[in-house]
Amino acid sequence: MIANYSFVAVALLIGISFAIILLKRNMIKMIMGLGILEGAVNLFLVSLGYRENGIAPIFTSAPADMTMVMPTVQALTLTNIVIGVATTALMLVFVMFIHKKYGTINANEIRRLRE
Amino acid sequence: MNAELFFTNLPALLIAMPLFGAFLTPIFGRFLPKIRDAWVILISFATSVVAQLLAAQVYINGYVMYVFGAAPGTSAIPIDSGGIPLRILFNIDAFGAFMLVSTAIVSFAVILHLTISQQKRSSLSEFYALYLLLVAGIFGMVSTGDMFNFFVFLEINSISASALIAYHRNGALAAEGALKYLIVNTVGGLMILFAIGLLYSQYNSLNMAIISQNISLTTLNLLTLVLFIAGLATKAGIVPFHLTTPDAYSVAPSGVTTLMIVASQAGLYGMFRILFSVYGGVFTSVIVGWIVIILGVLSMFIGVTMAIPQKDIKRLLSYHAISQTGYMLLGVGVALAVLGDVTLIDSFGNMAMKGGLFHIINHAMYKGLLFLTVGAVIYRTGVWDLNKMGGLGHKMKWTMIFFLIGALAIAGIPPFNGFASKLMIYESTFAFNPIIAIIAMVVSILTLASFMKVFHSVFMGPELLEYASVREVPRRMLASMAILAMFVIAFGFVPDLVVDMLITPVAESLFNQGQYIHSILGGGL
Amino acid sequence: MIGTLATGFGFWNPLMWIIVIVVAIFFSWLLWKLGETNYEGNIWQTAPYLSGNDEPEKEAIHIRAGNMYWGFTKALSVYYDHLIPLHSGIVSDYISWFLIGVVVLFMVVILV
Repeated sequence: MIANYSFVAVALLIGISFAIILLKRNMIKMIMGLGILEGAVNLFLVSLGYRENGIAPIFTSAPADMTMVMPTVQALTLTNIVIGVATTALMLVFVMFIHKKYGTINANEIRRLRE
Repeated sequence: MNAELFFTNLPALLIAMPLFGAFLTPIFGRFLPKIRDAWVILISFATSVVAQLLAAQVYINGYVMYVFGAAPGTSAIPIDSGGIPLRILFNIDAFGAFMLVSTAIVSFAVILHLTISQQKRSSLSEFYALYLLLVAGIFGMVSTGDMFNFFVFLEINSISASALIAYHRNGALAAEGALKYLIVNTVGGLMILFAIGLLYSQYNSLNMAIISQNISLTTLNLLTLVLFIAGLATKAGIVPFHLTTPDAYSVAPSGVTTLMIVASQAGLYGMFRILFSVYGGVFTSVIVGWIVIILGVLSMFIGVTMAIPQKDIKRLLSYHAISQTGYMLLGVGVALAVLGDVTLIDSFGNMAMKGGLFHIINHAMYKGLLFLTVGAVIYRTGVWDLNKMGGLGHKMKWTMIFFLIGALAIAGIPPFNGFASKLMIYESTFAFNPIIAIIAMVVSILTLASFMKVFHSVFMGPELLEYASVREVPRRMLASMAILAMFVIAFGFVPDLVVDMLITPVAESLFNQGQYIHSILGGGL
Repeated sequence: MIGTLATGFGFWNPLMWIIVIVVAIFFSWLLWKLGETNYEGNIWQTAPYLSGNDEPEKEAIHIRAGNMYWGFTKALSVYYDHLIPLHSGIVSDYISWFLIGVVVLFMVVILV
């Protein structure tokens, strides 16, 4: 039962992150919102792999009749964290350039490309 | 080298080759800067050859399944795994091979263009490395048989594309376009990952074949489907998820934009793969087909009407790219709406599917050609604003001819390739619903009108004083355009051959979901 | 070499179009042949008559892109006035369109 609480947390985090992305005008804060969204998805993936009383899938001297956790989702999460770091870094670089040239990081003013 | 070893490991080389080239390019740039360009062109050519060979292999054998890290002949599903493929595997069927063909052609033409157009810019080694990464991302997306792998390549695609957009920045405009593109695509990508998680939680596998074998049409799976469609539509630039597409395309260097056309089509590939190969067997109503059709019609119409008032030449072309994507969705959507009804598929569904798929490769060729010619014009003049251009046809005759070929092809004027695929879409759609076919034709007319404006205001008119020093572009740039123009003309002259050889196997593999499942679960290479 | 593409309801053969183009070029060549052979060009007779005014410089009379199709956008201004502001250039709007798209698609898929 306790495993299900993490899914509630996932839903909350997704809601919070979209609220931040939609309501905040500061580009840095929007990127933080994206970070939260990514964290929510990571949490979702990790909690999918949770098995009660499961152990790590290392067969060496593992006790018999033990529930082992399928490590796929951990691998997915790890990969997604790496991807997320790359994305966030790249976005922050872009914001830095924009701030240098436009003098603002307000989303409402970063709109020279429109129509 | 052992030839058989080479041919059995083509799918691994498909990814390894561009990555190897990408990480060696900065080393070449540092120690042997003179041959760096030659190296990049060579590695791009080699990658294209590998992709074409692999595609040929797929077209001959029906499919190629490659299990990474396993001895040849190993089954995709180890005996003791309980029916779950544990290893990462590539499953390339005719659709993947078809995308490989178009990506290989376009990416090679693009590198010929980029090595000239970016010549005077700084830090080129890393730029070329990013280019090769983007190519690897596209190849990976269209070959993988694993959901998560698909997501990883999608993100490689998004990250390297947005880095390329902003790499040689134009004030901060390029950074702005890239930032918007990356933010929206990251949200889309994370939603796709969420959907993948939802599927994994139900079927304990990331393999598309396993999922499609077990899938049922529950509410949760419908949510998954919608998330997939929305996320991939963001990548492909489909209304109403298209908003960043013109922003990103218009500020990127033209060669990069050309490659991004193919990159966005990889998103389209993912969408059709999900719709047909994963969900295809369980649709009971026409509603999903109609959703795809409506998205297609919206893209066509809004794309072209937004293109007409544009003043920035590349922004105008970007809106046309959105509009043309609508045709592909329309053709394939009609086929999806009649999926499961054998008589309707035989009477027009099959033709609609072939038309939509044929349009994918045609679009890659002629829109690539148009972006490259516009890139050539910008390379010589440095002007993006249509209102400031004029009379360039006197100085850039070849560029003008290539632009004309592309413009006529996109407007669906015979005998170029756009006409053949549009004709197939019109006729089959007319049998399905005449009103949609009429909208498609009106859009085509508006496209022609819009390109008349571009052609007139860029190339026609008297020679202008400010462009007195403009010359024809270097030969390598012309060669890049000539490659694509050749395909535009060739596909227009032998449409029957192309449809029989390239398109029909694709349509069959998409309609035949069982074959896709069998190709993974039925045994190893 | 050049084959017929069957489209289910009709067919298309690029050969026909090539023949039409060749015939059209042939006729235009015929018309061109009918012209005067001793024309010398660039004499006062070829100058445009603009009510006695001087002919403007060539650069001044180039019709630029902004002059084209303004009537079209003007006539459809009701449509364009609604459509163009949607492409606002603000990232949050783009994300909200993404969310709206997801919600609408989901509603349609669930309810219909």
